[in-house]
Amino acid sequence: MNGREQHAEGCTETMNAITAVNDFVVKFANVNGSGSASANELFAKAIMRMGVPVAPRNIFPSNIQGLPTWYEARVCEKGYAGRRGGVDLMVAMNPQTWDADVSEIAPGGYLFYDSTRPMLASKFRADVNVIGVPLTAIANATYSDPRQRQLFKNIIYVGALSVLLDVDASVFETLFAEQYRGKERLLESNVRALHLGRDYVREHLAAPIGLRVERRDHVGEQIFVDGNSAIALGLVYGGATVAAWYPITPSTSIAEAFQKYCSKYRVDAASGRQNFAIVQAEDELAAIGVVVGAGWNGARAFTATSGPGISLMTEFIGLAYFAEIPVTIIDVQRGGPSTGMPTRTQQSDLISTAYASHGDTKHVLLFPQDPHECFEHAAAALDLADRLQTPIFVMTDLDIGMNQRLCRPFQWDEQRDYDRGKVMSAAELDAGREFARYKDVDGDGIPWRTLPGTHPTKGSYFTRGTTRDPYARYSERGPDYLYNMDRLRRKFKTAATLVPQPVERAAKQKTPWGVIYFGSTSPAMAEALDVLEARGIAVDAMRLRAFPFPDSVPAFIAAHERVFVVEQNVDAQMRSMLINELEIDPARLIKVLHCDGTPITARFITRTIAEHIEAAGKATPERAMEAA
Amino acid sequence: MTYIAKPKLHHPTLTRNNVGYTRRDYEGRISTLCAGCGHDSISAAIVQACWELDIEPHRVAKLSGIGCSSKTPDYFLGASHGFNSVHGRMPSVLTGANLANRELLYLGISGDGDSASIGLGQFANAMRRGVRMAYIVENNGVYGLTKGQFSATADRGSKSKKGAINTDAPIDLVGLALQLGATYVARSFSGDKAQLVPLIKGAMEHGGAAFIDVISPCVTFNNHAGSTKSYDYVREHNDAVSRIDFISEHEEITTDYAPGEVVDVRQHDGSVLRLRKLHPEYDPTDRLAAMNYMHEQQARGEIVTGLLYVDPLATDLHTAFNTTERPLNTLGRAELCPGARALDKINASLR
Ligand SMILES: Cc1ncc(C[n+]2csc(CCOP(=O)(O)OP(=O)(O)O)c2C)c(N)n1
Ligand code: SF4
Ligand SMILES: [Mg+2]
Repeated sequence: MNGREQHAEGCTETMNAITAVNDFVVKFANVNGSGSASANELFAKAIMRMGVPVAPRNIFPSNIQGLPTWYEARVCEKGYAGRRGGVDLMVAMNPQTWDADVSEIAPGGYLFYDSTRPMLASKFRADVNVIGVPLTAIANATYSDPRQRQLFKNIIYVGALSVLLDVDASVFETLFAEQYRGKERLLESNVRALHLGRDYVREHLAAPIGLRVERRDHVGEQIFVDGNSAIALGLVYGGATVAAWYPITPSTSIAEAFQKYCSKYRVDAASGRQNFAIVQAEDELAAIGVVVGAGWNGARAFTATSGPGISLMTEFIGLAYFAEIPVTIIDVQRGGPSTGMPTRTQQSDLISTAYASHGDTKHVLLFPQDPHECFEHAAAALDLADRLQTPIFVMTDLDIGMNQRLCRPFQWDEQRDYDRGKVMSAAELDAGREFARYKDVDGDGIPWRTLPGTHPTKGSYFTRGTTRDPYARYSERGPDYLYNMDRLRRKFKTAATLVPQPVERAAKQKTPWGVIYFGSTSPAMAEALDVLEARGIAVDAMRLRAFPFPDSVPAFIAAHERVFVVEQNVDAQMRSMLINELEIDPARLIKVLHCDGTPITARFITRTIAEHIEAAGKATPERAMEAA
Repeated sequence: MTYIAKPKLHHPTLTRNNVGYTRRDYEGRISTLCAGCGHDSISAAIVQACWELDIEPHRVAKLSGIGCSSKTPDYFLGASHGFNSVHGRMPSVLTGANLANRELLYLGISGDGDSASIGLGQFANAMRRGVRMAYIVENNGVYGLTKGQFSATADRGSKSKKGAINTDAPIDLVGLALQLGATYVARSFSGDKAQLVPLIKGAMEHGGAAFIDVISPCVTFNNHAGSTKSYDYVREHNDAVSRIDFISEHEEITTDYAPGEVVDVRQHDGSVLRLRKLHPEYDPTDRLAAMNYMHEQQARGEIVTGLLYVDPLATDLHTAFNTTERPLNTLGRAELCPGARALDKINASLR
């Protein structure tokens, strides 16, 4: 065991202490609004500057100030970015949640706390190593301003932790220098606070503890960014010009980031005028209405929301579907139903978006797995919306959207142009091309459209949510209705060929077992597949990236006797969609559901799948199913 | 009601306007509304106004919600793109369309149910944002299309065709528009084309959010004794504050009036609204006075019509946003995409 001192009264030194290099979980228990967020991010970044990947997650309540908030950072040199589960080191900065926080620490783990005030012995655990640093006392002795005391207390604990975990001071100094370039006073005071913490630990405690960071080169050129920023940037690159939104967690930062990036990249240099327009609407009905109007008039437009907003938007979504108007909707999913768990993550809006609105409607959904794909899919969604003339949903969730994640850098091909889809020009109309708004002239189900104001005498039409004939004339004739619905179904088939295709990972040996997953489950699944493989359990994997399902999806299912469907909701929504759309025998699709609002873990996936397969033993999967 | 298509041939004697169009070119499909419906008269006034204004029909985008009134964009300006959206949500769709292309003229058509009942929120917010448009509510106090239920503009005490008395207080869209910052506010009557046409022209040429509440009797469900939105009731209680002439930018102002009798209001585009005052003390550029006058007259049971308020130099949402001159829907990769080099820098800042 590495040396630690026990400062808390009555705490006995534990003999059992976890030792780990570059593979542990630190959880910070803070009070919302105390300024801890930037200190915690600094901690994570410093470790990454040591070349060791970190995957942090914010766990926060629906509250602005005063309630508890946590930051769980998984340090993992193998780069697994899923939540691991379990806590090796708890930084307990919130007296309110002390008991729960302490009880969460793994046996042999560590408890770091502010030892300014003495604590009752009963407040500690015998099997946990206690590290006390009098943070408040140090801060109060150094600073007189109450706000400074609070803010620098955070930096002081980061400094203390850096020595305990053996993180170099130089990486912090570099980070500070980058952050406070030109603000020398701030730079100095932050460096000073850091060293207050470092010096205290060096003088009073034994360091490092059993958990250590060692330099590696596993971060490379990866970037560290949250999904919402990545979406916003993808929308800027993809050419969105009109945004309309109504604030809702966890999507709000998309609109904010879009505004920020537009202010930087979309202001015309010569005139100082804006090449974009953002409306903070009065509600989600208006937000989607603005987007529908802009899309109808040929601008690339989007809205960002979460489940409750989707519910309000559904009437308009049906209109956009039926009148065939390009619309991009970002749904950052949170725990439902109703207001549900507004600050927790879930993948539970699948059915409510895939079939949003009354009547027979079906929509295109994209499932990015990380911020890199958030960027890609946001830009792709704008192209797909124009190409398919229909709503496109980018389905992320709180886990991807609001947490920074280490991922591949963003890429943009300089040659790439926007696909504006089938828009008939004045020249084409003049050249005598027939314009029939809702006629399938190309066989792909996608009709041609014209934009308002195109031509003085040709190509105008009346857009409506009522049924119409191929020339956009009002019609309630059965054959006209059926022609249209048939075409819309054909268009949906075309969509399956245009959306991002699934990604497969084959097991090392042939296996009757398959697993299907998507979105934010990805990092946990990547780890789970490695663990299963190491345990000799072979499973072929397919990561879905979009709905409608391309042909490779039924082919994958057909190639396996049993397929696990891993998702983060209560009712196995993706499984239902696979059964519904592909007419799969439900017995062949095994539910693996994680739905308590926390991000899914590799441990959970591994355990569930392994138990299932092991229960099957040498028996056929069919028997295993019966046993389940 | 008839479904027989109109003959397309133009009568050779039909007069052409300065952009070469006849009145016929501003018409749409044959109306399917009830014979005598006030809404059809408003459509006719729109046709007349656009023809007189020398607007090329395809430069107008006409949008509406749902209702008998909202159907009418199909019955005028057949060469314009139209959008019959969802119930009560025309304002947001029009806002988006306007943001996408600031060069077109936007005409929003709605009903009292559409704007005062289900869509009150969107109406209010469009007014306060100053979206440039002519927003016309064809106000009959009932839901025509769903067969005669009271709408939110029905007056308290007004009697339905089936004899029910409305007990709810009415929502006054004109009062709201004034309060919420609309920069052109008028009320008119579908039966008074002489008043309505110049009001529509002024609204189409206005620089910001222009709102016209047009009392438009529903002959089928709300034109009986005891209704406050019937032809007879409105004729009896119409209190016009002014007679208005619209003088376009290029027209010469010829007639002379005695001082005090007329007010010329020049809008941002150079056009002039000439108001022949019927109430000498009425000042249409004083928002507060307009609200007061309206409330006083309303308490007496009078329906105040005419141009109630105008801010002739009004600007719109694009001005507030400082949007590029070129329509956003014409911008391409060059203007919109920051490019690979910028992305490299962004990547570097995220390490
Ligand atoms: C969401 C929704 N609810 C209800 C309806 C049914 N509906 C159609 S028109 C209408 C009322 C229209 O009244 P108004 O706007 O005054 O138009 P009018 O027919 O009187 O011109 C209603 C309730 C609908 N189309 N959509
Ligand atoms: S029901 Fe009333 S509002 Fe509708 S068309 Fe007939 S008269 Fe007009
Ligand atoms: Mg009505």
